[in-house]
Amino acid sequence: MNFELTPEQRDIQKAAREFATAEFDKDLAIEHELNHSFPEELWRKASKLGFAGIHFPEEYGGQGYGLLEKVLVVEEFCRQDSGIGMALSLVELGSEIILVHGNEEQKKKYLIPVATGEAISAAAFTEPEHGSDITFLSTVATKDKDGYQINGTKIFITNGCIASFTVVLCQTDLEAKPSYRGQSTLIVEKGQEGFDATELENKMGMRMNSTAELSFVNVKVPAENLVGDENRGFYNMMDFVNESRPEIGALALGIAQGAFDRALNYAKQRKQFGQRIADFQVIQHKLADMATKIEASRLLLYKAARNFDKGKIDPKISSMAKWFSARSAVEVTEEAVQILGGHGYMLENEVERFYRDARVTEIVEGTREIQKNNIARLLIGKIS
Amino acid sequence: MDIIVCVKKVPDTREAELIITKDGKDIEKGELVCDINEWDRYAVEEAIRLKEELGGSVTAVAVTPDEDEDLLRKCLAMGADRAIMVKDESFRGSDAHVIATALHHIIKDLPFDLVFTGVQAEDDGYAQVGGILAGFLKVPHATLVTQIEVLERKVQVHRELEEALMEVVELDMPAVCTIQTGINEPRYVSIMGIRKAAKKEMKTLNTSDLGLTEEELGDSASKVKIKGLSLPPSGKGAEILKGSTGEIATKVASILKSKGVLA
Ligand SMILES: Cc1cc2nc3c(=O)[nH]c(=O)nc-3n(C[C@H](O)[C@H](O)[C@H](O)COP(=O)(O)OP(=O)(O)OC[C@H]3O[C@@H](n4cnc5c(N)ncnc54)[C@H](O)[C@@H]3O)c2cc1C
Repeated sequence: MNFELTPEQRDIQKAAREFATAEFDKDLAIEHELNHSFPEELWRKASKLGFAGIHFPEEYGGQGYGLLEKVLVVEEFCRQDSGIGMALSLVELGSEIILVHGNEEQKKKYLIPVATGEAISAAAFTEPEHGSDITFLSTVATKDKDGYQINGTKIFITNGCIASFTVVLCQTDLEAKPSYRGQSTLIVEKGQEGFDATELENKMGMRMNSTAELSFVNVKVPAENLVGDENRGFYNMMDFVNESRPEIGALALGIAQGAFDRALNYAKQRKQFGQRIADFQVIQHKLADMATKIEASRLLLYKAARNFDKGKIDPKISSMAKWFSARSAVEVTEEAVQILGGHGYMLENEVERFYRDARVTEIVEGTREIQKNNIARLLIGKIS
Repeated sequence: MDIIVCVKKVPDTREAELIITKDGKDIEKGELVCDINEWDRYAVEEAIRLKEELGGSVTAVAVTPDEDEDLLRKCLAMGADRAIMVKDESFRGSDAHVIATALHHIIKDLPFDLVFTGVQAEDDGYAQVGGILAGFLKVPHATLVTQIEVLERKVQVHRELEEALMEVVELDMPAVCTIQTGINEPRYVSIMGIRKAAKKEMKTLNTSDLGLTEEELGDSASKVKIKGLSLPPSGKGAEILKGSTGEIATKVASILKSKGVLA
């Protein structure tokens, strides 16, 4: 059993921390939060330093590291600022599907710009009528002589309005039994005729990320945009979540740690009833609980990421790491607001934003309930 | 252009609660985050910039009682070509003279045109190592350097004096410069840099490799001895200003004027 990061991993962690501490300015964050804008300049800077494609192979513009290194960077970014951290960490969403299942041309064409900070990607699974259950989709791709024609609607798509391309999960065989064996992943590029993205303006948190509704009206996609095999899209998506769930967990972990740092600092300074609030045992126990949850999340997440990097993927551990970090982040950020009292409720003091931002990690890439279903199914066997 | 940069790791004490150790001569460093001395960061950057412009090599050197590989890996990741660390427990508590002696033993056998150190270190603030080292190496040196221009076998450097007065001096190479913060904008460590650093040479030596004797090392060799450290007594007379931001600002301005800080 080895709980130590390698020296190189610690260097990566430090580099991410140094960049985030110097560049993620609080006033800038609040400006982006209020304007619901994406921190584009910081994204370009971070990409130039190799943070965006850290886990892509070198031949596709990346740095050749693994998921654990990606997790370390995401954690540090979100610890410094939940909103900027989420925005910068999710720029390659969906690219992993191409990385794992795409062909050589697709990888060269789509991954290099993402790794080098010239493009942002998105993944579109969710539809108005199909969220947790996407075993059947209303977005249909009909095959014709040149490729496919897509019709349908996707909702809540991260980066929807700013992505250069989106990997879209579509129903390609309406007769397939079971229906998920009739789905395929197709790349749709920005500006394609019939393809439209509309920003979903008001949301609880994650305000620096675009979240969009995508509509497809007779969108013609050439056959070469099919990622992996036809009718294997659902399986591609399942592989994708093994990688993306620890990433979402890392957002949660970083947000929790950031809120905890602020709460601890405040508790040591704030005086009431003639003493520091950190001297009240009730506050001490809150801090102890928070730190414990964070540490437990971290161990689960690093394990999930390391398993992935070693090719020993255990979806049970990925699901555990994801739901537990997300739940912990919501609990920790909630207590952070409590420890800061009225000050904690104010935008200016950050923790209320961390709280709002944490909440989404329990919903995306499979809700908490879906993760637990997953774990139970793997523990008990097929549940009827 | 072969440049040697001397670097040191120091604890970040900016927001820490400092605790003096039992023997009264140091601070507790256990909980503190350590990183490259601020001045040295600028020195490393300046060396790398000159190398990128003129070719040659950059060697980072550290003399330390601790496991400071991470400090040197950082220099390599920023762009230094190789690193040398001399680690020995006896360097704990060494004065600038002992550190400069050890640095001299490393550097004297290396080819170099310039040696950079930081103007001073954040922790002890001695500002002596560069000067003593130049003496040992028998080469000219300039302190408080804020700009460097390499000429034919000479360097022209700007020195920052009080009241922002600028002095320009010319030195024959080889030479030692102690680098002032603000001379450049140090780069961030990139992931590409970390990847490359893994393949670069890092040499770890001990004091006997350098031929340093007991008499030249440690407490006994140090000519400046620390007698004790103390924290400043908590002052009296702090005034907490109350009111709106505008009112507070007006009060601050009038206080500053009354004390002669503002005209
Ligand atoms: C900010 C944001 C960004 C997003 N980004 C993306 C994106 O980039 N790409 C994308 O495809 N999607 C994205 N989503 C969508 C997200 O993945 C879905 O919202 C999520 O999968 C849940 O689907 P749903 O909202 O339809 O909820 P539903 O599936 O309708 O679930 C409603 C509730 O029922 C519970 N439930 C459902 N089924 C079960 C069950 N079997 N057992 C127990 N409980 C169950 C759920 O856990 C939940 O509590 C995003 C969502 C948000 C809010």
